[in-house]
Amino acid sequence: MSRPRLVVIGNGMVADRLLEELLRLAPDLYDIVLFGEEPWPAYNRILLSPVLAGEQEITEILTRDDAWYAERGIDFRKGVRATRIDRARRLVHGADGSVVPYDRLVLATGSRPVVLPIPGRDLEGVVTFRDIADVERMRAAAARGGRAVVIGGGLLGLEAAAGLQRLGMEVTVVHLLDRLMEQQLDDIAARMLREDLEGRGLRFLMERRTRAILGERRVEGVAFEDGETIPADLVVMAVGIRPETTLAREAGLHCERGIVVSDTLQTYDPRIWAVGECCQHRGRCYGLVAPLFEQARVLANQLAELATLRYEGSVTATKLKVTGIDLFSAGDHLGRDGEPLVLHDPGAGVYRKLVLKDDRIIGIVLYGDTVDGSWYFQLMQDGTDVSSLRETLLFGQVRLGDSGHDPVARVAGLPDDAEICGCNGVCKGTIVRAITEKGLFTLDEVRAHTKASASCGSCTGLVEALLAHVMGGHYERPRGERPLCPCTDYDQDTIRRTIVREGLKSIPEVMHFLEWKTPDGCRVCRPALNFFLMVAWPEEYRDDPASRFVNERVHANIQKDGTYSVVPRIFGGVTTPAQLRALAEVAERYRVPTVKITGGQRIDLLGVRKEDLPHIWRDLTAAGFVSGHAYGKAVRTVKTCVGSEWCRFGVQDSTSLGIALEKLCWGAWTPAKVKMGVSGCPRNCAEATIKDFGAVAVESGWEIHVGGNGGVKVRTTELLTKVATAEEVLEYAAAFLQLYREEGRYGERTAFWIERIGLDELKRRLVEDPEGRRALAARFREAQARAQRDPWRELAERAPAEEFRALAEVPA
Amino acid sequence: MTAAVLAIRWVAVGRLEALPPRRGRAVRVGDRRIALFRTGDDRLFAVEDRCPHRGGPLSEGIVHGHCVTCPLHDWVIDLAEGRAVPPDEGRVRTYPVRVVDGRIEIGLGTAP
Ligand code: SRM
Ligand SMILES: Cc1cc2nc3c(=O)[nH]c(=O)nc-3n(C[C@H](O)[C@H](O)[C@H](O)COP(=O)(O)OP(=O)(O)OC[C@H]3O[C@@H](n4cnc5c(N)ncnc54)[C@H](O)[C@@H]3O)c2cc1C
Ligand code: SF4
Ligand code: FES
Repeated sequence: MSRPRLVVIGNGMVADRLLEELLRLAPDLYDIVLFGEEPWPAYNRILLSPVLAGEQEITEILTRDDAWYAERGIDFRKGVRATRIDRARRLVHGADGSVVPYDRLVLATGSRPVVLPIPGRDLEGVVTFRDIADVERMRAAAARGGRAVVIGGGLLGLEAAAGLQRLGMEVTVVHLLDRLMEQQLDDIAARMLREDLEGRGLRFLMERRTRAILGERRVEGVAFEDGETIPADLVVMAVGIRPETTLAREAGLHCERGIVVSDTLQTYDPRIWAVGECCQHRGRCYGLVAPLFEQARVLANQLAELATLRYEGSVTATKLKVTGIDLFSAGDHLGRDGEPLVLHDPGAGVYRKLVLKDDRIIGIVLYGDTVDGSWYFQLMQDGTDVSSLRETLLFGQVRLGDSGHDPVARVAGLPDDAEICGCNGVCKGTIVRAITEKGLFTLDEVRAHTKASASCGSCTGLVEALLAHVMGGHYERPRGERPLCPCTDYDQDTIRRTIVREGLKSIPEVMHFLEWKTPDGCRVCRPALNFFLMVAWPEEYRDDPASRFVNERVHANIQKDGTYSVVPRIFGGVTTPAQLRALAEVAERYRVPTVKITGGQRIDLLGVRKEDLPHIWRDLTAAGFVSGHAYGKAVRTVKTCVGSEWCRFGVQDSTSLGIALEKLCWGAWTPAKVKMGVSGCPRNCAEATIKDFGAVAVESGWEIHVGGNGGVKVRTTELLTKVATAEEVLEYAAAFLQLYREEGRYGERTAFWIERIGLDELKRRLVEDPEGRRALAARFREAQARAQRDPWRELAERAPAEEFRALAEVPA
Repeated sequence: MTAAVLAIRWVAVGRLEALPPRRGRAVRVGDRRIALFRTGDDRLFAVEDRCPHRGGPLSEGIVHGHCVTCPLHDWVIDLAEGRAVPPDEGRVRTYPVRVVDGRIEIGLGTAP
């Protein structure tokens, strides 16, 4: 049986989205032939800006590999340009001489950059900014350093300029008008943007018309109409784009600026459709992906013969992807026929303007703080009557409450239909549902399932805040509801109780008894079971390295390039010249590329090769260091301040107590990492009130604080109790940690644990029950007697160094 | 998709005891980085030691079933198929492995 043949010309972002949607709706309807002139599978063009800036690599922005097409039976003509459409015979000719018949044809040829018709435009070193080849040319030029001139102060020009500057070039932006990004910004925002970019070292020549590009063979300079010239080693033309309509025009399809299409994206030939930047719909051509993806969705629906969707045009919003600059603009931003509402805080670098007409928002410009952009945009798209919000509208959605700048609180306040990802049109409700129903934990998972933040990435912060918000919510669910992972139906508490009750002593035993659904678990349950068994049977259980995350297995933190970091323990943050000398020697001996003071009062040796680890450890051990466990679900640092020994305000010896605490607790494995802090007076320089366990000195002794967290979700501690002596602090710390080890859930930091069980429960167990407290503390000390063997020393002495090398190195 | 392999060259890379169950080890052959795994049911797999996501060292991942979880961002790679488990997408090369007299050998394809 032969299927109708669909030919797609152009394999850009929109064609790619079209194919994905179409295959989802109708996987077997067509034989598909795809022409893509670029020598790559589909990629995310938007991310060329971060690639140019060196923040991402080309391989990271590819959205497909060759296998993807093969697996779906798509005949992908990679690197082949379509040169002619023969509408009478229904044939497409390829530059490689091939001829492909079609039943249906889609043009998705995108746009071409506009090249100014001025002398010198063909010189070597004059480039545009549109595709991977352009970026490769710019990166090669930047590698030689020198001066770049970017012609055009719009979105693309500024992203190119910022990227080249990050690569070390001296960059000047030339703009025809007196306002940058005039399509998107008003005077004030444009000026703020310019000042910020100047602050980063970019230079601007405004109101200059370029007359010629100078040079013999290579570009040497740029000349302006006013007679001035400036030197240049690279010239980037970013003056605009023009829909690519060549094929369509030559085939006699009706084109104006773009290929003219109807609401079903059909051209004047009923067998041919056009989609993306190349098409013109109701008089408009779009240059941003959000409306174009919407077109792709409609066309997929049409081609799948569902014919239930139509495209009726879009309102667009713009963001700039220059790291560290937040800018959002949509609609009639100048507000010539509306009434502007403006909030301008030059000190904070924040500017907000909303243009109202008939009580509706018709234009938005935000600079410096764009979190509310999606909310305003929603109000604008929905045509919501904002007269009742008018007084507070400029402060944003949930500013009225107490949530301030905390993004988590702010996304919490958004309605379900608030759009989070503009590129892919994903709203809050969809993301929240995906997180809860599919049990997603990471940004990447959310991207994979919802596409939110998978295109330009500027909403990544919002998606992360949503994750934090939703996952924080988990901890208020009824106890014991959530299975540990998809390998089992049982929750953590049940599993732990069963281990103890049934005397289960190994991971296979637990899995067998509780009828695990997978042969040997997964990366979530195996480390958890290993930990549960270790706490339940401290004497007998033998740790299973195969169930440890790499960091805990090799006792160092893996880095993005596969090297490791080594952080020796520096008790209480107090060191000596001899220690520092030893560290310096080790760093030199092993050519450690980066030595960094950490946020936890110690020193990180970064970039160590795995095979060097045992040797570094041997040398560090010899100098008296032990592992800092910077890599583990374990006790990390005890941060201290100077305290009464030196400080003019100190009332207790916080340094000594910190050292004693760390000596007591180091080496303990815990459900999640544990950080402690000890401050010598309520000024609290050791930030003890955002630690898992903190002690703050007062005249009469110590306040004990618990459950703080300084990470993703900041939480300040709650006061557990007050004690008179340092010994009591140590006893409380031991008891607290043991209770957490025995009852906290794996992966749950103390902040969430305490939120789950309540401070009162903790007080009942630790403060009101001295006997229970002492028993817990005693169990902790027993376990510590075994745990406080320095893993570095053990590995350096016992494990053969071969284990840290490749199993074999064989010549090719 | 893969080019036809006309001959296999077997390269010995170490003894079976050096690789406990549910563990991976890195192997280098020339400038190829290969990850060798022994699964819980005692099967051996060898794949390119570069995660399709961002090149993470798969040999350091947690091994479960016939899969490994990459240590950098938790992509799960099916070792037999040499591909990322959905929703992620991507492939790694796989290599045949055999044990001869307690020695592990990896098969490298040689085109004519
Ligand atoms: C090295 C260090 C940054 C620095 O250069 O200062 C650091 C580095 C890392 N942090 Fe951190 N954190 C460091 C202090 C902190 C602090 C500040 C502190 O401890 O006073 C915090 C906030 C305080 C807190 O934890 O409550 C912090 C909050 C995090 C978080 C978020 C934790 C949370 O519960 O929200 C993570 C992610 C995680 O653990 O999952 C993280 C994870 C990481 C990891 C382990 C990421 C990873 O998995 O590879 C980084 C390891 C890099 C390496 O190999 O060294 N790091 N990290 C600091 C090490 C301190 C030390 O001496 O051990
Ligand atoms: C550096 C940069 C940054 C951007 N940033 C953003 C942003 O932050 N947000 C945003 O929304 N948009 C952004 N855009 C715009 C966005 O990338 C485009 O709107 C989008 O890619 C358009 O998709 P398309 O499929 O219509 O065209 P394209 O992605 O350009 O795809 C068209 C493809 O067709 C190919 N082609 C053309 N003619 C033929 C032929 N005859 N035969 C075979 N192949 C052919 C082209 O080579 C190209 O690969 C950015 C663009 C660039 C260049
Ligand atoms: S917390 Fe108190 S004792 Fe410590 S440094 Fe600050 S002022 Fe001094
Ligand atoms: S590199 Fe493997 S998951 Fe990211």
